[in-house]
Amino acid sequence: MADDFEAPHWETDVLVIGGGLAGTWATIAAAREGARVILADKGYCGTSGVTATAGPGHWWVPPEHREAAVADRLKRSLGLGDPDWMARILDLTWTSLPQLSRHYAFSTDEQGRVQYRGLRGPEYMRAMRAFALEAGATILDHHPVLELLTNADGVVTGAAGVALRGERPWTIRAGAVVLATGGCAFASRLLGSATNTGDGLLMGVEAGADLSGMEFSNYYTPMQAGTNMARSMSFAFARWFDEADHELDIPAGPDVSPHLARALLKGRLYCRLDRIPQDIREVMPQVQPNFVRPFARMGIDAYAERFEVSLVSEGTVRGVGGLRIDGQLCQTAAPGLFAAGDAASRELVTGAISGGGAVNSSWALSSGQWAGQGAAAFARGRRRAGERLHHLGQAGLRPTGRLAGVDLPAAVQLVREEMGAYDRNIFRTGEALAASGEKLDEAWREIAAHAGGWGRGLLRARETAAMVAAARWSKASAVQRRESRGMHRREDAPGLDPRLASRQRAQGLDRVVTRFEAASPENTSLEAVA
Amino acid sequence: MIEVVIDDRCGGCGDCVDVCPSDVLARGPGGKAVIARQADCQTCYLCELYCPEDALFVWPQTDSVADVTAQQALATGDVGGFRRDSGWDEHAATHTNQHWRMGAIFERARLMAIDAAKTARTEDGRTK
Ligand SMILES: Cc1cc2nc3c(=O)[nH]c(=O)nc-3n(C[C@H](O)[C@H](O)[C@H](O)COP(=O)(O)OP(=O)(O)OC[C@H]3O[C@@H](n4cnc5c(N)ncnc54)[C@H](O)[C@@H]3O)c2cc1C
Ligand code: SF4
Ligand code: SF4
Repeated sequence: MADDFEAPHWETDVLVIGGGLAGTWATIAAAREGARVILADKGYCGTSGVTATAGPGHWWVPPEHREAAVADRLKRSLGLGDPDWMARILDLTWTSLPQLSRHYAFSTDEQGRVQYRGLRGPEYMRAMRAFALEAGATILDHHPVLELLTNADGVVTGAAGVALRGERPWTIRAGAVVLATGGCAFASRLLGSATNTGDGLLMGVEAGADLSGMEFSNYYTPMQAGTNMARSMSFAFARWFDEADHELDIPAGPDVSPHLARALLKGRLYCRLDRIPQDIREVMPQVQPNFVRPFARMGIDAYAERFEVSLVSEGTVRGVGGLRIDGQLCQTAAPGLFAAGDAASRELVTGAISGGGAVNSSWALSSGQWAGQGAAAFARGRRRAGERLHHLGQAGLRPTGRLAGVDLPAAVQLVREEMGAYDRNIFRTGEALAASGEKLDEAWREIAAHAGGWGRGLLRARETAAMVAAARWSKASAVQRRESRGMHRREDAPGLDPRLASRQRAQGLDRVVTRFEAASPENTSLEAVA
Repeated sequence: MIEVVIDDRCGGCGDCVDVCPSDVLARGPGGKAVIARQADCQTCYLCELYCPEDALFVWPQTDSVADVTAQQALATGDVGGFRRDSGWDEHAATHTNQHWRMGAIFERARLMAIDAAKTARTEDGRTK
């Protein structure tokens, strides 16, 4: 593929991979530093990724309340957060959002105050695209990246991929690279997540980066069964019922999903939204225009009738884990490679709980800008003419054995099942996690040995490899964290273990290795190989 | 999934083909949009938002094709509804963006839940 001499070849200072919230902010920040920037997205920068279908409310806190906000968040991070990083993203969010005013029509409230905190997804990402183009960036839509390139010293020097139109391979030589490929939804069909298959995690690890917090990859959201509409606002008013229409005693609040999961393990689950006040019903279509579509189209009166619900697994999207950040400018452990948004671990700002609802979008906006600045500076400081480029992609691209028909849909289904099943992924036990890990290892071996292809087929093979890899890192990390902390809930080890109040790294391709960071001397003895 | 391109509405601008994040749509004979890779559709509704002619219709079900016809789509009364409620293009004046109310709505839900819990406790107290 990428060895093809005919392949189009571009050269730039900074290459940003992924054009969601983090990638576009990275692009703008790098361009402001004077770098030439190319942004490549698997889909279309402006519609793809989970930002475009959501409505991110940011961590928008006036200066006088920031100290208290950080203190509260730090407590809830359960020992894994970092107050300095929290303060940094609060500051940068506050100064960044108003800069969008030329491209996003911010609303004003009844008192005439401009409302910056929350932006509606499609309009936000349309604005970010315009902002990035205005900054002088080149955007390549429908150009999925398949692998990273390095020079002889192992410094990341570009990437290669395939253009979906015409199914042509291409390469880009770059002074530095930002991975902003989003989280991994493990093929759950979560709203907006189809292109978020964990590609950045696999590419990063191949280049020598490592991951952190992969055990925290099991966030679930209720939605109307059979759809993908994981917008949670209305469900904050919900009453829940079993099939016989008995109301279930499920308290409203942020931890509703485990209760719903227990109910779903017993049978069908239904919901009534009849408590939503009339004035909110009236304005709902203009608050969340996508939320009301399934009801309007299927002829359901959501405020009067009960409707069936299920939980969708969000994986690392509103989970936590991703590429480990190794410096103030969002460097990874691989030289020349930076990470931002949901592709990076968000433990620094969220700890062991989800950052959905405020922190994640502020993280994407902030980490994006730091990664963009860092990449621009790195590219400036590097001489790179005439370097020989090494292609790093392995599983899914370059089989170690004979290229043969691998049942990719079956592997995707396996990932979906092992990373989605309520009884295994919400309520965890060491035994079940290890069993999942073994099945995923087997799928990995098969893909690494035989999967590959051409054009779109090659993309599918690579995405499948990435999802299987991310699932293996997640299971291995969950096996080693023998306690319950935040969203990681071990039925066989309830409660916090104070010795495990530290972040856990993961890496390795054929053999997955995890290791707790040494927060205190006793933690070093927990170094583990999974 | 995307189910329908209403052929006599499509003006062939190609916008939906460009913006689809899953590259599901293509330009067919005469430049009009056609559904080329339906199985890849991720039910994001965003093609509808970008179609100035309201020629596209997405059915909410994600995991299988529902075989909706153009007639059935129109009968739902919601063709173009997403673009209208979003206040895009000609709807800007009548359908303003009220998304900023989300924070206050969440807060209402939280206060209602606290109230409900209080009421439940008092009722408990009475029966005991
Ligand atoms: C329903 C929902 C509601 C949410 N609400 C909130 C909220 O209110 N507040 C909050 O703080 N957070 C919220 N979040 C989380 C927040 O949306 C995310 O943290 C944030 O949008 C992440 O941005 P991102 O750029 O990292 O990822 P994304 O926006 O997902 O972008 C990733 C991009 O990378 C591209 N890509 C992937 N692989 C490749 C590849 N191989 N080559 C090229 N491109 C690739 C994708 O196509 C995509 O465009 C919500 C999430 C969901 C799902
Ligand atoms: S709903 Fe989304 S994925 Fe499906 S065709 Fe429309 S834009 Fe493409
Ligand atoms: S956006 Fe609408 S009018 Fe334009 S090509 Fe697509 S369906 Fe036709």
